[in-house]
Amino acid sequence: MDLQTHYLGMTLANPLVPSASPLSRDISLCCQLEDAGASALVMYSLFEEELDSHQARQIQLLESREIGHSEATHFLPLHAEPSHALEQYLEQIHNLKQRLAIPVIASLNGTSQDGWINIAKQLTEAGADALELNIYNVAADPLHSASDMEKGYIELISALRESVTCPIMVKLSPFFSALGHFVKQLEDTGVNGVSLFNRFYQPDIDPDTLRVQSSIHLSRSEDALLSMRWLGILFGKTRLTLAATGGIHTADDAVKMLLAGADVTHLCSVLLQQGPNALNSILKGISDWLEESPYESLEQARGVLSHLHSNDPTLYERASYVQLLKTGRY
Amino acid sequence: MNPKQLTLDGNEAAARIAHATNEVIAIYPITPASVMGEVADTLSAEGHTNLWGSVPKIVEMQSEAGAAGTIHGALQAGSLCTTFTASQGLLLMLPNMYKIAGELTPTVFHIAARSLAAQALSIFCDHSDVMAARATGFAILASNSVQEVQDMALISQAVSLKSRLPVLHFFDGFRTSHEIAKIDTLSDEQMRLLLDQSGIHQHRARAMSPDHPVIRGTSQNPDVYFQARESVNPYYQAFSTHLTEVMQAFADLTGRHYQPYEYYGAADATELIIVMGSAVQTLQETVDHLNAIGEKTAVLAVRLFRPLDTECLIKMIPASIQSIAVLDRCKEPGSEGEPLFKDIVTCLAQAVSQGKSPFSQLPKICGGRYGLSSKEFTPGMVKAIFEMLKTPVLKQGFTIGIDDDLSHTSLAWDKDFRTRASQAATSALFYGLGADGTVSANKNAIKIIGEQTDLTVQGYFVYDSKKSGAMTISHLRFSNEPIRSAYLIQDNEAKFVACHQTVFLERKDLLNAAAPKGIFLLNTSTPPDRVWDSLPLTIQHSLIDKQLTFYVIDAYALAEKLEMGRRINTIMQSCFFAITELLPRDTALQAMKAAVEETYGSKGGRITEINYQAIDLAPEHLHNIAIPNRVNQIANRVQKIPDHAPEFVRQITARLIAGEGDLIPVSQLPDDGTWPTATAQWEKRNIALEIPVWDTELCIHCGKCPLVCPHSAIRSKIFDPETVEQTVPESFLHTPVKGKEFPEGYHISYQVAPEDCTGCGLCVDICPIKDKTQPGRRALNMEPLVEPILKQEQQNWNYFLSLPEYDRTKLRTGVIKEAMLTQPLFEFSGACAGCGETPYLRLASQLFGDRMLIANATGCSSIYGGNLPTTPWCKNSEGRGPTWNNSLFEDNAEFGLGMRLAVDHQARYAQQLLEQLRPDLDDTLVDTLLHADQGDETGIYEQRQRVLQLRDQLSQSSSSLARELETLADQLVKKSVWIIGGDGWAYDIGFGGLDHVLASGENVNILVLDTEVYSNTGGQTSKATPRGAVAKFSAGGKATAKKDLAMIAMSYENVYVAQVAYGAKDLHTLKAFLEAESFDGPSLIIAYSPCIAWGNDLKHNHHMQDLAIRSGHWPLLRYDPRRIATGESPLQLDSKPPSVAYREFTSSETRFSMLWRSHEADAEKYLTASQQESQRHYHHYEQLAALKPNSDEKE
Repeated sequence: MDLQTHYLGMTLANPLVPSASPLSRDISLCCQLEDAGASALVMYSLFEEELDSHQARQIQLLESREIGHSEATHFLPLHAEPSHALEQYLEQIHNLKQRLAIPVIASLNGTSQDGWINIAKQLTEAGADALELNIYNVAADPLHSASDMEKGYIELISALRESVTCPIMVKLSPFFSALGHFVKQLEDTGVNGVSLFNRFYQPDIDPDTLRVQSSIHLSRSEDALLSMRWLGILFGKTRLTLAATGGIHTADDAVKMLLAGADVTHLCSVLLQQGPNALNSILKGISDWLEESPYESLEQARGVLSHLHSNDPTLYERASYVQLLKTGRY
Repeated sequence: MNPKQLTLDGNEAAARIAHATNEVIAIYPITPASVMGEVADTLSAEGHTNLWGSVPKIVEMQSEAGAAGTIHGALQAGSLCTTFTASQGLLLMLPNMYKIAGELTPTVFHIAARSLAAQALSIFCDHSDVMAARATGFAILASNSVQEVQDMALISQAVSLKSRLPVLHFFDGFRTSHEIAKIDTLSDEQMRLLLDQSGIHQHRARAMSPDHPVIRGTSQNPDVYFQARESVNPYYQAFSTHLTEVMQAFADLTGRHYQPYEYYGAADATELIIVMGSAVQTLQETVDHLNAIGEKTAVLAVRLFRPLDTECLIKMIPASIQSIAVLDRCKEPGSEGEPLFKDIVTCLAQAVSQGKSPFSQLPKICGGRYGLSSKEFTPGMVKAIFEMLKTPVLKQGFTIGIDDDLSHTSLAWDKDFRTRASQAATSALFYGLGADGTVSANKNAIKIIGEQTDLTVQGYFVYDSKKSGAMTISHLRFSNEPIRSAYLIQDNEAKFVACHQTVFLERKDLLNAAAPKGIFLLNTSTPPDRVWDSLPLTIQHSLIDKQLTFYVIDAYALAEKLEMGRRINTIMQSCFFAITELLPRDTALQAMKAAVEETYGSKGGRITEINYQAIDLAPEHLHNIAIPNRVNQIANRVQKIPDHAPEFVRQITARLIAGEGDLIPVSQLPDDGTWPTATAQWEKRNIALEIPVWDTELCIHCGKCPLVCPHSAIRSKIFDPETVEQTVPESFLHTPVKGKEFPEGYHISYQVAPEDCTGCGLCVDICPIKDKTQPGRRALNMEPLVEPILKQEQQNWNYFLSLPEYDRTKLRTGVIKEAMLTQPLFEFSGACAGCGETPYLRLASQLFGDRMLIANATGCSSIYGGNLPTTPWCKNSEGRGPTWNNSLFEDNAEFGLGMRLAVDHQARYAQQLLEQLRPDLDDTLVDTLLHADQGDETGIYEQRQRVLQLRDQLSQSSSSLARELETLADQLVKKSVWIIGGDGWAYDIGFGGLDHVLASGENVNILVLDTEVYSNTGGQTSKATPRGAVAKFSAGGKATAKKDLAMIAMSYENVYVAQVAYGAKDLHTLKAFLEAESFDGPSLIIAYSPCIAWGNDLKHNHHMQDLAIRSGHWPLLRYDPRRIATGESPLQLDSKPPSVAYREFTSSETRFSMLWRSHEADAEKYLTASQQESQRHYHHYEQLAALKPNSDEKE
């Protein structure tokens, strides 16, 4: 069956692309993913905050290590000095490119313009086939408007677009008032794709200790529906490549995304839970579905149930609430 | 092909060869040799192989004795093995060295020679340690420079294999070991060619193997032992020949020629000095100078000390020599001469007796001592010895470098004498603060100049004895000629002087060292137009008189602008290059940036960038200050020791503090190592930038701030304000004390000693009070320490001290608030700011200080506790306080046990005498003295009163027994013996003794300050180091779990055991100290002590302790055998089950978290194991705590 898809200007053998996760820190697991059928790989995210905190730790270490006492000029073994997070990341790109035949996409999670541009250049120089950018600022300041936020994102991405030539995909959060409009603005910057949606660490409260802590939970299939809605809405209305991410655990989940309009579907939680071979099962499931479907290729099936092509586009919109309430199927 | 050149120190030079030519390396940290072990460990950790392609196995042992035993075993099993040590470490190796030599086993021990502990410990250089090993049968080879250290390390290895004799290769610790120089390195090929492969094969063939079994280590009887001992003679006779051959082969390979005995100087010299070690360099430099002006002098360098080849040595001495001085860098009290001198005399005597003397008339000969504990040995001193050699009668047993006004052994010398070579060199001196990066910047500078130019370079670094606010002095020399000045830069010699901290301007006359028309660079925040007015008088005088060029920069302002914090090293380094123009501007810029890249990594991002900016911008911020024609200061503002200080402090301690210790003559120093306590109070260091300021409105008087203060710099006192109303300074803060336990109307004051505070902020951190209207504010808040606050607080502090101490018999010491009203008898130590150890010591001193005897193991606590010039252990107004001694590292528990046995025996004898004297004494007094309850402060006080009565009654008796009892009466008052040390002592080197003392049942209190590494020597792994922590010798994270010392001690069942962490649960710590001391048997308190060796800022000290407990890493517990009698479990588990993930604990500490980046998989593995282990341990303790003793065990 023809499972080919086009993604960020690249032709991929199938639409299954493991998304950013700790799996990509381990080269042998990456090889297993490729063997299981992954058509490309998004590396774990390099957080700008991680780089900053590493630098802060490095300064602190350097300052505290040299104490200037005759018996001990410094503490901690010098050779145990951890390498820089960025250096490690660049080395991992290099190693993955050596070992894998599939495209390798570097993932950046940052906030400041300076940090991103400099690092993005280094990532592409190290061999990344494309860049995934995670943009996520919590608008905690009530004086900061939605348009201010969007303007900041667009400025940052525009500057980045000008500085690197490789394909860029922007991974978005679902928290935009008018996502479609923002995607159009992104399109104008010259980026190549969007990925819907990012999952975040969330603050949580421990009532026993009365402390706020950070937590993350793995996704479930139903989490994918939010992405599916927006993929369906965006399909055919943007020239950007569309990627579905979050909650894709089964072949059915993936097929839904493709029918809604996704070019690729990202996998994460299912791989963390079941290991790299889960990808192969999903791939086989898609293939089986396609075989039994009226479509000859995945390309034909893509977007056929999108907002644009759906018999009842209102299902993608607010009107669907009314219908649900009426039928009581909730 | 030109050899590759590297700029490195002697320790690294030795360790690189040792690593390349060995298979098993057993190590144990000891200053100044630790670095050799660290370098070897680094090389193996990075996968560097030896010459044969295998990575040498590095093993850290529990002591040097353990290292020597391991080496002995590995040698016997056929491996090439080595070790590194110094001083006491070498002494611990001696028994095995006799064995290794007796078995004719090739090996090399590399020794950074260091003084032995006698009247005091010293970490500095002399040859006492090496000389103590001269009878072991090891060959002894000396290296005199960094280049030689490398070369002789290889030559030693080769000749040992060739001759079968083990070699002790030594060089001067803290001179050659720490001197940085540019050397020609040896290639692997050269090393391979020099080493005799057949020697290695033979060594392996002799190894123990069940395939060709032998026995060694037999016990021999009188019939054969003697003969067998003589059987080795041929090997010793052949050694010198082997050595000469190896040295020749080495010369053929490298072009560098060495001889066992090397003569240098005039061929027809008349005066000769014979010497070993780095002094050879200074002598050669001086001989060149003197001979150039018509003298006929020479120096004979002894490289081969054992086996001494008398014939070869005598042959090197020309017949023209008329007088000889033999210099020994050691002292052998009671001997008629030191070892080298006596050997040379023997050589001459043998030559004469065998008719082989080259002399028509035997030269006059004398021996002298120099350079003990790194005492400087300068060309002026060399000249003085040569001048003495011209006198008709030589001075036997002379000393040089000191003023011996007691036995009149010393020679006077010309302190202004300089050699031409030293004047030709460019000398630069840098005064920096321990943590400001000055030393590392200068190491970079030396490397840059060494690598970018043909200049020879020398770097040497002098540190003071404090761990916080320590001054570092970097001595750098650059020259077109070989640098042989193995001494510090002298007065008027430095062509460049930089002062990186203005506080030093007042502390020392920095420009004494400046050469006329030299350059002075000062980092100061004073604007350029006001700098001159800010300088002390002596500095102004020097600038004018020496016509110095004066530059200033506000490096802190630039660092702040560039977001570099207080790290000014890059800025100052850039200024040095810009001003001196030792390198072309572009070359210097490029090289400095390359060094930055090496430090921070090529992808260092913002840090690299800001350092680049610092390099580029620094020269633009330099200001050349025009020097006025005359001074405008009337006097220096240097603080003098006040007149009310004790005479000894004013006469001696004051001079040590002022850096004038070298000038104190012999007669003024204590002859038996006894020094007064309570001296740290006179050493005002003024290192805090901020101090805590008390808010009387908010404070609840909980006492937590004095409890956590590592430097006893914040204290509380209560007093009756009516009695002091007239004298109280206006700014002195006091307020009615809260609590009904205190007399009505009493006030309390929390006062900071502004000149002794280090500004660590822990008192503010622990303060439980938050201002509800301003949550950031507490009852204590840090404020900048600037005038007039400094002066005001100085006055307030002095006033606070003048207030009487509250009657301690009225205080409940089991309550923190009240315990903290007792006077600390441990104050103002030189420990690191935020030190996690010292609060425990202060607490013990408050509770028991007036009756404490302390045995202190060598380590951090012995350094901040007993390193001159001052000691933090002090006395109360009655003159009582802790009495303190440090024996060794390994024997501390035994040392303390001895004290216990002595005071107990004396107390029993005193009681016996009391009975005998009963007829002469008041019967009731005798009974109460014999049966007094001394279980609390009141009991102790009353017993002391009775002793006073006893003394009164004894004075009226003429009995000789009364005189006897008078010498022992104080022993009738309970004494508290404390055995204190770190985990290196308790878990490793001293564990055998500790275990024995625990088992003894004697009433000693053992306090283990557990920093989980060897803190004092730089953070090496101990058995207290937790799994997964990165430490020196565990670069990949410690793979094994921390030893559970508490559990081991509890297994005796008659030992009081507590595991405490004051920053997490202070009351628990207080209770444990009181219970431990009251237990009539051995007590062990294991005290969690966060340390800067963990890589964290100690301002988080309390949080670190809290996480350690809540994660289960450090369960709080008390095991009290007394509880068995009441039917309770002796174990009380005092912390709750782990409530925080072990991951959270480890991720908050650099020592753990850095492993995630360097060895992620291992880090995860260790974390999982530790997490499970901490849960398991807790559960285990919980079960033990729930166990009730058998009913028949109850009383």
